[in-house]
Amino acid sequence: MTQGEPMIRLDELTKRYPGQEAPAVDAVDLDIPEGEIVILVGPSGCGKTTTLEMINRLIEPTSGRIFLQGEDVTHVDADQLRRRMGYVIQQIGLFPHQTIAQNIATVPRMLDWDSTRISNRVDELLDLVGLDPERYRDRFPKEMSGGQRQRVGVARAMAADPPVMLMDEPFGATDPITRERLQNEFLHIQEDIRKTIVFVTHDIDEAIKMGDRIAILQEGSRIAQYDTPENILSDPADEFVEQFLGSGIVLKRLNLTRITDIDVAVAEWPTVAVDTDVDAARRALREADQSHLLLLDGDRRPQRWIGMRDLEHHRELSSAGTAVEATIDQRATLNDALQEMLVSANGVAVVVDRSGAYTGTVDLDTVTAAIREMRTAAVQRDRAQVHSERDPA
Amino acid sequence: MTAITADAPISGTGRRVMRLARYIGVPLFVVAVCTAMYVYVQGQELDSIEGRIINAPNIQGAAVEQIQISLWATLLTLVVAVPLGIALTRPWARRVTPYIIAIANAGQGIPAIGLLFIIYVLWVRNGARATILGMAVYAVLPVLRGTMVGLQQVDAGVVKAARGMGMSKRAVLGRVEMPLAVPILLTGVRTALVLTVATSVLAAFIGGGTFGGFITSGFAQSRPLAVAVGSVGAAALAVMADWIGGIAEDFLRPKGL
Repeated sequence: MTQGEPMIRLDELTKRYPGQEAPAVDAVDLDIPEGEIVILVGPSGCGKTTTLEMINRLIEPTSGRIFLQGEDVTHVDADQLRRRMGYVIQQIGLFPHQTIAQNIATVPRMLDWDSTRISNRVDELLDLVGLDPERYRDRFPKEMSGGQRQRVGVARAMAADPPVMLMDEPFGATDPITRERLQNEFLHIQEDIRKTIVFVTHDIDEAIKMGDRIAILQEGSRIAQYDTPENILSDPADEFVEQFLGSGIVLKRLNLTRITDIDVAVAEWPTVAVDTDVDAARRALREADQSHLLLLDGDRRPQRWIGMRDLEHHRELSSAGTAVEATIDQRATLNDALQEMLVSANGVAVVVDRSGAYTGTVDLDTVTAAIREMRTAAVQRDRAQVHSERDPA
Repeated sequence: MTAITADAPISGTGRRVMRLARYIGVPLFVVAVCTAMYVYVQGQELDSIEGRIINAPNIQGAAVEQIQISLWATLLTLVVAVPLGIALTRPWARRVTPYIIAIANAGQGIPAIGLLFIIYVLWVRNGARATILGMAVYAVLPVLRGTMVGLQQVDAGVVKAARGMGMSKRAVLGRVEMPLAVPILLTGVRTALVLTVATSVLAAFIGGGTFGGFITSGFAQSRPLAVAVGSVGAAALAVMADWIGGIAEDFLRPKGL
């Protein structure tokens, strides 16, 4: 594979079914970069699953070509090709008459690995997906919950360490809470394994959450927009994309942006250490432009909100005012921050770092400023694009 | 007769107790009935005609014949019906499937006795062989249907996942589809086995022996005792065939289903 070559390249890939006028997939060109999660998302019937299944040739393309690591695999042996790609589907499709270990060992066995290597790999994978090998390896699929089966499905797809994984609505059949957990776990695993993943979903929120890049597909699998979630949200290519994103684009955007990401400086709040005496605190509050002081303990962890009236009744700062109910991690999203500040007494969310020490606060102004920034960036990008289209270099 | 029924789901210990009762109870019952018959016959004065029909070598011979005919017929049925059932569930056979099913249905629609006579008169002039052939024609349908339904009920997602991981079509059939079809397939085989054992008494009409011989001779010579012995013998074999079929279903069913 040469430098800059995409892991998978689809070249004018087309699927026509006999007796149907319009092709199900119409000349799709798509480059899928190594190590990224690329989401194919679109309304039902848009051809996203057909496109995915042409990559491992469960559906044979009518025309066009498929490249894997630079190699034209359009006509190679399909069974051999599939062993180089992990495959996870919504129904999971675990073999009910085989144990979890046997299920996971399916592809390694076909590749003639020796038995020690296989059993080591099975245990390693069960660990990776958070299932205790001792406990689960000899169970049958029916003895496991839906979420556990889905984990096994992912483990089975990764068994022979394929460079590519194809996932067709892998978390679609689970309840919302389990889905959320599986998504997070999978993102966590992906941070380590860095596979190239093609992921089909009809759920735009899942697409935004999981994708490094999203291809929004229209009928015939025509690509309406192919870009990062950030760019798609701040700059939808056309009306179709806008409609597909649906309402609440701004909120979705907030879900993508972490507090550490925003340029806007986190607002400083007047703070006071726990060993300060009351008079000094009163002076500090009078000079501050806020109605409350934030009391920090010895490790700079936020403890209490203290107002002027609280200072009149108490001699000790550690018992004055009201407790700081909740704090948010600086890796939390702006959406989390927004939720926090809406329920907090002072209209701010207190941000802490990993050790729990105070780093600042986020208020509504911070969030609106961030949104304004995103808009400006989008407009500038738009202008730059128009500019470059007008004056081709 | 050919309907495929699954055992009602009874869970836990209740199921185990039921199963144990079935394993031990059925043979005990058969032995009890046969013993009662034996004691009764021993207590009777047999006349010369009865004595010529009802004797140990005759009974043993009839039992062996009937078992042999049934086993060969069942084997022949399996050899024909299972591969045919597999073939008819492949996508390329979709067009011919309904026709073959219609033929198989018709095969069972013909009265068994008529079928035997046709085969005997027109084709195989050997009672036992003609019976084997006739029983096989008769028993193809339940096995064919068991094979097809068994394969068709395999979860499409399981097959798709298997193909998607790079298993060849043959491997998917042998390692995934067939094992998962086994429970329903075996139900069909059990039906076929019982059907064959029970109806193979008809061999007597074309000189093929079996317990049917006791019944036909008994009728012809007005010896109800001979008819009774033949009936009990045939029934005992059929019940035991069903018993063996049931055990096979329990033990050949893949774990995990």
